Amino acid sequence: MDGRNCLVDNDWFCWEYVTSRSRELADATVQHVWITAVSVLIGLAVSVPLALLARRGRRWAAPVLGLTTLLYTIPSLAMFSLLLPFFGLSAALVVTGLVLYSLTILVRNVMAGLAAVPEDVREAARGMGYGPGRLLWQVELPLALPALLAGVRIATVSTVALTTVGSIVGKGGLGNLIAPAVNSSFKAQVLTASVLCVLLALVADLLLLGVQRLLTPWTRAGRARKAATSDVPVPVPAEGA
Amino acid sequence: MGVLGGAWDWLADGANWAGENGVWHRLAEHVYVSGIALAVACAVALPLGLWLGHLGKGGTLAVNVSNAGRAVPVFAVLALFMVSPLRSAGYLPTVTALVLFAIPPLLTNAYVGMREVDRSVVEAARGMGMSGTQLFLRVELPLARGLVMTGLRSGAVQVIATATIAAMVGQGGLGRIITTGFNTYNTPQVVAGAVLVALLALLVEGALVAADRLLPRHPSAAR
Repeated sequence: MDGRNCLVDNDWFCWEYVTSRSRELADATVQHVWITAVSVLIGLAVSVPLALLARRGRRWAAPVLGLTTLLYTIPSLAMFSLLLPFFGLSAALVVTGLVLYSLTILVRNVMAGLAAVPEDVREAARGMGYGPGRLLWQVELPLALPALLAGVRIATVSTVALTTVGSIVGKGGLGNLIAPAVNSSFKAQVLTASVLCVLLALVADLLLLGVQRLLTPWTRAGRARKAATSDVPVPVPAEGA
Repeated sequence: MGVLGGAWDWLADGANWAGENGVWHRLAEHVYVSGIALAVACAVALPLGLWLGHLGKGGTLAVNVSNAGRAVPVFAVLALFMVSPLRSAGYLPTVTALVLFAIPPLLTNAYVGMREVDRSVVEAARGMGMSGTQLFLRVELPLARGLVMTGLRSGAVQVIATATIAAMVGQGGLGRIITTGFNTYNTPQVVAGAVLVALLALLVEGALVAADRLLPRHPSAAR
């Protein structure tokens, strides 16, 4: 405090803003994290059965893939608005929209993971007397984990970014701080909330990378080359943003 | 549903289509801003992606640009532009944001499309004595076309979506119908605006799919 106040001067960087509004920032971050986490978890829970349905043949695959791709085409602001009559101004509205978006990425990756399970492994498990349920839980899903977790990483990062649009119904985590700050031209608040958003996405991505390594240690041998290719997005229609 | 009926009534009312805040004006803004942005993004990203793919260099750049694009919220970037001096530059903040978010899918898909061309085909073309330019124009480009078109569709969808979010920071476009509806607690208008935006996005996607099917294909690209 050298006689100059960055809040009064409306500077881009303002540590005093961060300290004086730490409570508000923490609350928004917590909301952001739980909306993202709940959305991705529900998305995952929905996409596994959808992927199982889709692999039963073209008759199911075409509508499942077609519908999830179609959902991705709809701009997020329109998606949230279309859900308004059903959910009102609630976090459920934002979560539902985010779940629908996450399906595009997750269903494709779960399907890719399941398709990558070698047929002779399935044969061997069946020969050992594994029923369809046990085969899925103990053989197929564990082997599908690398692709599945790669999908979870992509879905999480894009969900963190998309959550901000939820501020249109007042449930946008850090987006809730950005919206009013634009109207009042409050630079420090816009920048701090934006930076926190990107940091959140990076931290989530790194944490999931750690989870991925812990859960699938067998993929590490060929990781150097794999990582380069698996990070290239399966040409999914771009972020629905 | 009462709201859906209300949305229909809103759309059927000619008064909502005319004037500065009417659907036609907002649609024109949306298409204008999106068109310029997509053209600029293509002019920047396609040559760069195709060239890097041809050289086989810069893969990490193409991938990282795409990953970074996913992590940065569109809304945050638009908001940052609107509290910067750009705010008084008309459509410029929106167009800049649209270009920035259209580049990753265009660049990555162009690059990946070039890299996924069968190496043995490239070797064979080289063995036949094709120069780098011939190889690029007659072998790699036709074979990479599918993914380049996918990138173009992704970019277009991204641009339409971003142009909608621009309304949340007070810029023009169809999104304004939605945000005005929210500000006036007019749910039928919110839903009507959302339907219009969704239709526009689906229409653009459909038009690009159709264009891809109709455009003549290089005979060697039949695979």
